[in-house]
Amino acid sequence: MCDCEEGQDKDTIKRRNFLTKLTSGIGMVIGAILAFPLITAMLDPVTRKKKQVWRRVGSMNDFKLGETKMVTFKSASPYTWSKKIANSAAYVRRESSNDFVAFSVNCAHLGCPVRWVEKSELFLCPCHGGVYYKDGSRAAGPPPRGLYRYPLRVKDEVLEIETQAIPITTMDA
Amino acid sequence: MRSYLKNILKWMDDRGGFSELLKPLTTHLVPPDATWNYVWGSATLFCLVLQVVTGISLGFLYQPSADVAYESLQYIENDAFLGSFIRGLHNWGASGMVFLMGIHMVRVYLNAAYKYPREMSWITGVILMAITIIMAFTGQLLRWDNNGVWSAVVAAEQMGRIPFIGKSISYFLLGGDTIGGETLNRFFSMHVFLFPALIFLMVTYHLYLVFRNGISEPPKAGRPVNPKTYRKWYEEMLQKKGVPFFPDALWRDAIFSALVLVVLLVLAFFVGAPALTTAPDMTNVNVDPKPDWYFTWIFALFALMPREIESYVMFFGPVIGIGLLFALPFLSNKGERSPLKRPWAVAGTLFIVLSISSLWYIGSIAPWSPRFDAEPLTKYTVPKASSQVERGIQLFNDEGCIYCHQIGEQGGIRGPNLTNVQNRLNKDQLIIRIVNGAENMPAYGGSLTKEELADIVEFLLQNQKK
Repeated sequence: MCDCEEGQDKDTIKRRNFLTKLTSGIGMVIGAILAFPLITAMLDPVTRKKKQVWRRVGSMNDFKLGETKMVTFKSASPYTWSKKIANSAAYVRRESSNDFVAFSVNCAHLGCPVRWVEKSELFLCPCHGGVYYKDGSRAAGPPPRGLYRYPLRVKDEVLEIETQAIPITTMDA
Repeated sequence: MRSYLKNILKWMDDRGGFSELLKPLTTHLVPPDATWNYVWGSATLFCLVLQVVTGISLGFLYQPSADVAYESLQYIENDAFLGSFIRGLHNWGASGMVFLMGIHMVRVYLNAAYKYPREMSWITGVILMAITIIMAFTGQLLRWDNNGVWSAVVAAEQMGRIPFIGKSISYFLLGGDTIGGETLNRFFSMHVFLFPALIFLMVTYHLYLVFRNGISEPPKAGRPVNPKTYRKWYEEMLQKKGVPFFPDALWRDAIFSALVLVVLLVLAFFVGAPALTTAPDMTNVNVDPKPDWYFTWIFALFALMPREIESYVMFFGPVIGIGLLFALPFLSNKGERSPLKRPWAVAGTLFIVLSISSLWYIGSIAPWSPRFDAEPLTKYTVPKASSQVERGIQLFNDEGCIYCHQIGEQGGIRGPNLTNVQNRLNKDQLIIRIVNGAENMPAYGGSLTKEELADIVEFLLQNQKK
């Protein structure tokens, strides 16, 4: 169907077609320009370059052989205003005089914080009942894998942990 | 004086075109028998209005900063004039909105109002449902107590199950790779700017569709929808016996919304919003994160699903569910509308409502969660206990057996009640079970000495609550 009225010549129609395209084109460009700050603002905290850092969590001698102990440290948050919320925790276990392991407190199921029950040497999750043995392997409940670990090193008798992203369990875990 | 005022009003209407705008809406004809079953949608909209008003009120009192948000909530709850009441109203308004939206949706489905020509109403409705759920979730998170921060982590973990891009989406949600100064602000911006804007757009369009395609007439068995003739038939029916939307239909909406308001006011005043838990602190593991009631059934699902398939269900479940909802008006857009002629639709609805209700019920008990606060047993649990049994009782507490197993009235309910376990298992069977564990019980072989094992078994064999 033709939306032209009687008495309109071909040039008018052509002109109108051109102006329709021009207007919608300008509209789209404006939309794209306005979307730009929105998208960059949403992505900035995510794409910001972050360097994981080593944090001291205590002297080697603070950890007894075979003992599991919770340590806290500041995560590598790039924001000065994060304050207390940027603190993270991990469980450190001294396996032998020179071997340490550090477990993430986040349950490998859905990330809730697991509790260490000293006597039974188990980590228990309050959310959906995940249980882990002292070596971090899964003991019971819904977690698809064992607890995540932090890189760890000893420097001049001082134990250091490398900050990590909150571990996200993916489908292939 | 009166005529003077009247003149002003007349001028405003002449230049402002108010009656011109409203008249088509008020005189819009609706089916005369669209009565009390048609109030659910408008009541949901009323809750949205209430949420906007109470939300703006809270916005004047709340500090959206990871550092002090929790303190400002304490202020709202304890110091601000009517603060606790406003927060209660916002909380119950949200509950009302989710609840009424659910009924509205079930009503529309059972009466097949989504069929020709109202498919777009259904589709925009599904989008609105999704946004409402997002609002409910981001809202409970803004409380920013320990429950709030851990909710953010749990949400991010769920996103992680999306193939390929899951991790990126998780860290996108958190605003970085850990909970930090940026996390709360993102959820705040989503809850207060982004999704409300989308809701307003969608609601406006959803309402426009009601006027454009007309309110669906109550279905009648044996009167199927025929897309070829429906519009003409509907138009003729309205011309013959339609009634103006205002006031013939709207008065019921007004009464019902007022009723909803009264209920919400009472709940806000007497029950209030959920109590704040402890301050947000990622180094405090002595917490017990639980979602608000809307998500309790999903919380239960995550605990009960076989773990081999859980990661897949977490991703494919919502995808298939939302996909089916969107596909519904295309799968069946004509034919019978009456639930009397659609037994499978009724059965399906009943099945879903019952499943979700059962999950809700079990989720509110959360039997799978260890009870860290279980009252420890004492040596009097067994009358005249020998010293070995006493040691067994002590171990039952210390080893955390009691977090998951009940003795008498005390203890968790993750595992079986062990009050009279000696009637089910003999000594050897008990030892095997404790040492090796089971699918949902850790093996204690590594952490118990031989003597300790003997003590516990002795206690369990003795234990008879008189």
